Amino acid sequence: MSGSITQPPDNSLPLSVRDLTVAWYRKPVIWDVGLDVSPGQLVGVIGPNGAGKSTFLKAIMDLVPRASGRIEIFGQSYKRSRHRVGYVPQRESVDWDFPVSVLDVVTMGLYGKIGWCMPVRRHHREAALRALERVGIGEFANRQISQLSGGQQQRTFLARALVQDADLYLMDEPFAAVDAATEKAIVQILREMKQAGKTAIVIHHDLHTVPEYFDSVVLLNMRVVASGPTDVVFTRDNLEKTYGGRLTLLDEATEAMRRRERTL
Amino acid sequence: MSALSNWSWDYDGWIVLAGILCAIAASLPGNFLLLRRMSLLGDAISHAILPGLAVAFLITGSRSSLPMFLGAVVVGLLTAVFTEWIRNFGEVDEGASMGVVFTTLFALGLVMIVQAADHVDLDPGCVLYGSLETTTFDMVEVAGMEIPRVVLVLSAVTAMNLLVVVLFFKELKLSAFDPALATTCGISARLMHYLLMIIVAVTAVASFESVGNILVVAMFVVPPATAFLLTERLRSMIIVSALIAALSATLGHVSAIVVPSWFGYRSTSTSGMMALCAGILFFVISLLGPQHGVLIRILRRQRLSRRILSEDLIALLYRMDERKSGVVASIDQLRAALLSSGFMSSLLMKQHARKGHVIATENGYQLTDSGRRLGAELVRSHRLWEQYLVSEGGVAVDRIHGQAEQLEHFTGRELRDRLQQETSAPVLDPHGSPIPPE
Repeated sequence: MSGSITQPPDNSLPLSVRDLTVAWYRKPVIWDVGLDVSPGQLVGVIGPNGAGKSTFLKAIMDLVPRASGRIEIFGQSYKRSRHRVGYVPQRESVDWDFPVSVLDVVTMGLYGKIGWCMPVRRHHREAALRALERVGIGEFANRQISQLSGGQQQRTFLARALVQDADLYLMDEPFAAVDAATEKAIVQILREMKQAGKTAIVIHHDLHTVPEYFDSVVLLNMRVVASGPTDVVFTRDNLEKTYGGRLTLLDEATEAMRRRERTL
Repeated sequence: MSALSNWSWDYDGWIVLAGILCAIAASLPGNFLLLRRMSLLGDAISHAILPGLAVAFLITGSRSSLPMFLGAVVVGLLTAVFTEWIRNFGEVDEGASMGVVFTTLFALGLVMIVQAADHVDLDPGCVLYGSLETTTFDMVEVAGMEIPRVVLVLSAVTAMNLLVVVLFFKELKLSAFDPALATTCGISARLMHYLLMIIVAVTAVASFESVGNILVVAMFVVPPATAFLLTERLRSMIIVSALIAALSATLGHVSAIVVPSWFGYRSTSTSGMMALCAGILFFVISLLGPQHGVLIRILRRQRLSRRILSEDLIALLYRMDERKSGVVASIDQLRAALLSSGFMSSLLMKQHARKGHVIATENGYQLTDSGRRLGAELVRSHRLWEQYLVSEGGVAVDRIHGQAEQLEHFTGRELRDRLQQETSAPVLDPHGSPIPPE
């Protein structure tokens, strides 16, 4: 990762973001974000609630419209390198009463590869089962997902990401509200991914574990406050800037803009 | 059943078949509507197609046929589009925006029909409950066989819906469960949404004329909802919903003939009765369902409270035995301490006697060795929990008893060992009572 973001995007990088702005009704959610991520890194995205962390991940995958900015993944547009990106959404984003088995959910990670209208075959299910065993919940494969605990749900999502066999993973709070054993299992998997040369960008909340888990961090609060190697960037000073100052003046300016629009 | 003596396969058979086809055609996409929490969109689309029919009629001047069909399908799709627009730009929730769109369109359609009433034989009443009874009045010849036009149309729609659901099963499933992941996998959730809307609109339009709104709206929602209570996999949910849809249609027609005759009336609206039957089936299954049924839940709760009382009785006897070894306690003493019913308590104590946990004597019950072991386990769990709550949770000593009283019934050997470890193996609980060894 580099501090200055003025050079053109680098082709070999898993992720390269320039001038990314996302807005809802004119109100910027994230603002002028620039970032380069080098391969084989575990990157933590840190910031207070409402700082636009999830929006940032979604904008990378074109899931939310962006007002401006350029994003390249392995030197290409997201559309062209989509198969190299794995996404682990927040656990609460899906309905856990949905009538599917744990194995079904993991197999969903392969749907992109299987292709339109083609059936799921046995070797797909076997691959999914192997992934479930890797995250330590192979014995739950045939349960309905409503019977899982929070930690088991998160492991299911992780197994689904594993079968995708992507090169760049975007994970939205995989450690949120999981038990200690699950947290350990996830860290273990992340390290194995890194060893295999994969890159993971992980939204994380627990500041205590940041230096232990991540090679580098992005401190985000609407804009990138700081980014770089954890031991350089993860400082008290930077954290205070991230968590302390909402950009209140910016908020006020956009509020004025909206008022103006309404009265015109 | 004398009302059924007039049953004719040439007449009633076709009606039932038309009803079954419509029911199955609607329930197939209905499963996905339900799982995406947009069941009412089926309702909205079925109403909103009315102006489409009217406009197509006013332009082409013909009643039956393709233009009308297409006009209605297009307006049906517009309902879905408008709903999404209003939700995004008007910042109102989905239910409200849906309501705005479909009531407006429905009203527009009614106004247009009434305006053109002189030269249209579109009957607003017909819109609601259709005219399934006249199924056999309009026959067409296919491969040398006379079949009703309605049956032909509905067969085609059912076949189309089946094809879409089978062919795009995986894609529909993923975009219903996790639209974001679907989109990142290259399966556009938006595209699947509109594919679903197309088959919903086509189904609504095709069913509109023959079977009316009530039936198709009911079948979009009720059979899938019933199947959801009965199944744990999407594939079986879809199959079960189709079976329930077919069953409701059959039962509906039979009861439309039979039920009114019990009260001395002539037969009633068939499609209304079919929808009613679907509702009754849902009600029955929500009461009697094997997993989530109301009845089974009551039974489970009672079994649990019986088990808890049975354990409480043994634990109480154990505590009395602690104070005075070999104590004999009467049912009255036990039930007074536990505030339980005399009948239940004596029933459960007799059960303990049969299992050899207690011996029945003239004055009451006395613990045996195996009963003492059982009681010790429960009391051990109870006192370990009390210790844990105080030493690890910092809970005040006078508030721990109630919580421990609940937890003791769900604590096995493994959990007890861990409690012992965490509380560093105490001898006495916070009240000063000894914690029995394992």
